[in-house]
Amino acid sequence: MDLDPEDVFKDEEDDPDNEFFQQSESSKEYVVYLVDASPKMFNTTCPGKDQKDEIHFHVSISCIAESLKTQIICRSYDEVAICFFNTREKKNLQDLNGVFVFNVAEREQLDRPTARLIKEFDCIEESFMREIGSQYGIVPGSRENSLYNALWVAQALLRKGSIKTADKRILLFTNEDDPFGSLQGAAKADMTRTTLQRAKDIQDLGISIELLPLIRLDEEFNVSVLYSDLIGLDSEDLAQFIPSAGQKLEDMKDQLRKRMFTKRIIRRITFHIVKGLSIQLNTYALIRPTVPGAITWLDSVTNRPLKIERSLICEDTGSLIQEPPKRFQPYRNENVKFSMDEISEIKRISTGHLRLLGFKPLCCLKDYHNLRPSTFVYPSDQEVVGSSCIFIALHRSMLRLKRFAVAFYGGSSRPQLVALVARDEITTAGGQMEPPGMHMIYLPYSDDIRDAEEIFPDTEDDAPRADKDQIQKAAALIKRIEMKDFSVFQFANPALQRHYAVLQALALEEDDIPETIDETVPDEEGLAS
Amino acid sequence: MARNKEKLVLLLDVGPSMHGVLPEVEKVCSMLVEKKLIFNKDDEVGVVVFGTEETNNELMDEVGGYENIVVLQDIKVVDGDLIDILKKLPRGTVDGDFLDAIVVGMDMLIKKYKGIYKGKKRLCLITNAIHPTKDSLEGSKEDQVGTLAVQMTAQGMKMESIVVRGILSQDANKRIMDENDRLLSIFSKKTRSRTVYVDSPISLLGALKTRRVTPVTVFRGHLELSQQMKIKVWVYKKTQEEKFPTLKKYSEKAPSTSKFATHQVMVDYEYKSVDDSSTVVPPEQRIKGYRYGPQVVPISDAERDAVKFKPEKGVKLLGFTDASNIIRHYYMKDVYLFIAEPGNTRAILAVSAIARAMKEMNKVAILRCVWRQGQQNVVVGVLTPNISQNNKIPDSFYFNVLPFIEDVREYQFPSFNSFPASWLPNEQQQMAADEFVQMLNLAPSGKEEALLPEFTPNPVLERFYHHLELKSKQPDAAVPPLDETLKRITEPDLELDFENKSVLDSLCKHFELKENSKKSARRLLPEKPSGSNGEDGNGNVSDARAVDSIGQEPVVKIEKIGDLTPVQDFEVMMTRRDNPEWVGKAIREMRDKILSLLTNSHGGDNYLVAVECIIALRKGCILEQVSPSPSLCFCCCFFLNLLCGFRCFCLMEPGPYNNLMRYLYRYCQEKEISTFPKLLASMDVTLISKSEAVDSSNFTDDEARRFLDKIKPEPKD
Repeated sequence: MDLDPEDVFKDEEDDPDNEFFQQSESSKEYVVYLVDASPKMFNTTCPGKDQKDEIHFHVSISCIAESLKTQIICRSYDEVAICFFNTREKKNLQDLNGVFVFNVAEREQLDRPTARLIKEFDCIEESFMREIGSQYGIVPGSRENSLYNALWVAQALLRKGSIKTADKRILLFTNEDDPFGSLQGAAKADMTRTTLQRAKDIQDLGISIELLPLIRLDEEFNVSVLYSDLIGLDSEDLAQFIPSAGQKLEDMKDQLRKRMFTKRIIRRITFHIVKGLSIQLNTYALIRPTVPGAITWLDSVTNRPLKIERSLICEDTGSLIQEPPKRFQPYRNENVKFSMDEISEIKRISTGHLRLLGFKPLCCLKDYHNLRPSTFVYPSDQEVVGSSCIFIALHRSMLRLKRFAVAFYGGSSRPQLVALVARDEITTAGGQMEPPGMHMIYLPYSDDIRDAEEIFPDTEDDAPRADKDQIQKAAALIKRIEMKDFSVFQFANPALQRHYAVLQALALEEDDIPETIDETVPDEEGLAS
Repeated sequence: MARNKEKLVLLLDVGPSMHGVLPEVEKVCSMLVEKKLIFNKDDEVGVVVFGTEETNNELMDEVGGYENIVVLQDIKVVDGDLIDILKKLPRGTVDGDFLDAIVVGMDMLIKKYKGIYKGKKRLCLITNAIHPTKDSLEGSKEDQVGTLAVQMTAQGMKMESIVVRGILSQDANKRIMDENDRLLSIFSKKTRSRTVYVDSPISLLGALKTRRVTPVTVFRGHLELSQQMKIKVWVYKKTQEEKFPTLKKYSEKAPSTSKFATHQVMVDYEYKSVDDSSTVVPPEQRIKGYRYGPQVVPISDAERDAVKFKPEKGVKLLGFTDASNIIRHYYMKDVYLFIAEPGNTRAILAVSAIARAMKEMNKVAILRCVWRQGQQNVVVGVLTPNISQNNKIPDSFYFNVLPFIEDVREYQFPSFNSFPASWLPNEQQQMAADEFVQMLNLAPSGKEEALLPEFTPNPVLERFYHHLELKSKQPDAAVPPLDETLKRITEPDLELDFENKSVLDSLCKHFELKENSKKSARRLLPEKPSGSNGEDGNGNVSDARAVDSIGQEPVVKIEKIGDLTPVQDFEVMMTRRDNPEWVGKAIREMRDKILSLLTNSHGGDNYLVAVECIIALRKGCILEQVSPSPSLCFCCCFFLNLLCGFRCFCLMEPGPYNNLMRYLYRYCQEKEISTFPKLLASMDVTLISKSEAVDSSNFTDDEARRFLDKIKPEPKD
């Protein structure tokens, strides 16, 4: 028995320790969700499915709730704080008016998401009016500036940690494009100026402020009134991120969801195109299997974690081995020994860069040329200016000529051949569906490909083949069981959902474990009809 | 177990026209045996060579004929001697007859096992098949091959033929080649044989599968199209990564002379309380905890069993959809193969009909799979048709796993169209790129596709087994450099680059890169790659130019010596006056460049550039007769000492140059390079003398010149 336990989902071949699949703590993020709770957020609705309108406040809350649930699973080192502004009550360390920091027991204000936070936040709307209340914080004749206060509180929350070890962000949900609209003259100018200055100070500290505007059917969200200055957008970014008015709720939610996650680069690589022409690429893991975290052993009496001490014992003498042992391979009746240095030397066959070898027609990339999830590459001009230009030129040529690039990726763990497949951007009303760039597909070597189909037959006869008529019948069947708008992201992983439902219930000491639905079970009735 | 053993006879053409590729044949065959020694120790192998001067085989003794075929090794259980034999194949003197060799090989297998052994019997033929086979005594050659094929099937033998062609074989008579190809194709049609044609050394190394893996089914059962409609299928792995072998830990505690020592290491785990490291917590007191955010939730196995996700075993169809809905990069794993239950004609026909209909309609199927009972998860994936090109082999499907919602990260990336116009390629640049993509073609029509995954060996594993074999003979053998053939997997094909030199040059001319001087400090860290290996991440943008684009004509500020125009780069750097460090940096970089040009030169292709660089360096050193910074000297001494154990006495500029020359002299002597010194001498490149650099050189003109005589290789006696 030991150390690693039957991992809940593990297929034998999966290697969860592989850095390829891991999120490391060093890439954590501190996020403050800053939610406008003004009456306008409660009065304004956007049309949802089945004629059910949803108020903007609810849209914001449900986006954050979803995001928290993802965070606790996928990126539990991230720390979050939830802060409302334009509230009746106040709760913050600075004791500023109109700002309410929401929190639950056993948790700091900016901390990792916990089961309790998720649970209580899920039902915050029931108690919101009673306990926190909605109230305009910027009114004529008063010197209060709830937006300013909110930014100040958020900044204070993010004082923790260094920007060297964490990415700090403020995500601002609001449907008010002109928060100082009710003011006039000097008061307005003054408040605008101080608020912008506050925002600038925050950004100078390395904290990014991102706006998640909520849109009404009949009214545009005009970022240029205040927010483009506040978050420092230039006109190009503007056009890209601000959705048009009249968007459907689902699309808006989609877009909010996508924008709540920051991109994480897994690696920066140099791409040698030809001798003398090397550009810089960033690689991103857009698709990786999400698995439940590793098991921690506990003492069942105290529920305290156990530490595991590993010791190496010589089987011949029984003595402890202190120094890292050599490795050996039995071969030709003896043990051939290798030092770890030798092994890494053997594996080092290339420089660690991505080296272009040539191009092939797309049809050369067979369905069975696959080993692992692909990695996305996107150019960066950050260190080598001009990288994007070459990349885009090659990208366009490859799309037009229907070619993919073959390159050698000399990483240290498994140097291998890869296919770089260019993909054009695909956008819908909900935002970007497929980003523009190239996908790096890891190609097998000859010894990785098996010919199981050739094991059979043992007879001299030719293999049976379907005739025209049989193919016709199969075609009719295919038409009958067709899924018109199948999308790859259609199913939640039922095992993962179940696992976390159980954990959540146990963590909150609830008796009932909520039922989870397995969406992957085929609709037998639907098929039969 | 016995059935699992393989009996293999290698039939190797060693005739004169094969000599060029025999080193590769030796490599791939010894690799085959090396792997068998580890993974299939009970396999038996025999070796037959043909095209030899001599003749030595039983058939000749018994019935006559079968000349120029030598049984190098009778079939026997694999051992080290076999490798030694395969590493030193004889070079033959006559053009061999592969049909005769096949007969000899079959005869060996038949005699050895006399129909008793029912396991795997295999012949592996490596030839270029460009020489005529002998006419048969009775009937046509086709008839003769037909008879052999029937016999082969009856005896349960398989044959794998690797035919070396293209640039690897010499010009040959097309008629004979066609006839030979036709004869070989009869084997493929009538027996369980496979013929592959290879035309590069890489694919020759990759064409022979050196590791024999017994296929194991992942699943046997129904593919359920609906509750009523089910097809019996078996599922195998189509691709699976062959990993670097897991080496065991070696204990050196027991004396190495001890016969009985196992040298094994046992790994022991102790679970201790965090608060009190003296107590070991017994297994029954331990409980598994699962992370949920910052909390660790304890769940006993019994509790977990009661509530965990328990899907029923089975493979169910969810539906068909357009192939275009499933983009290739969604594939999450290695590939599965679905075949109809062997021998089940109805199942084979059903798979064939659906696969062919899917292909015609350009559809794929979405499946939900639970491979075994008790599995705690499900996979949803895509089934694609695999229409068999071989009459013997039934149609089948490939399957790959698709991501769940939780597996996808929907990052947003700026649209290329939103980039400033200056970032986008202009028309000329686009044309240069188009031409480049078009011309650097690895799969030109009419030629073998280069770097076909099926034929590309894993260079790391090749190197490991090669080193293992070396070490078994010489325990302190150093890791050998990567084999020249394998290097071609990791680096661009020089020949292809050469053919397309104008296209490559045009690409370089049209695109300009420069180092970014103002990196935004803030965004750097959050975007820091988590596991970046700093090996050589920074130094390699050496061709980047820092271009100061004030005004129309950019003033080029060279900061590094690149590959393209090293001499010019050096000159510009030497004349930079904005920082006194530039001179030292230029000299340092130039020297490194010269050394790297020399050490990375293949057949002297870099020599000319290197000499040009040396001349430029010489000139620069004479011009800049200023006292260099101490750091330069230190660095330079260090570098040279490192390389050649040479004492450096440089204090002034000519120092680096003269030292470099002395080092080069030794380098060429050691490596027995004669062309480079000759080239230097012919260009009159001497040491820097006192008359050229008064303060810093101790050499008279004469001494400086004499150095050249010394550097010239001595005529060999």
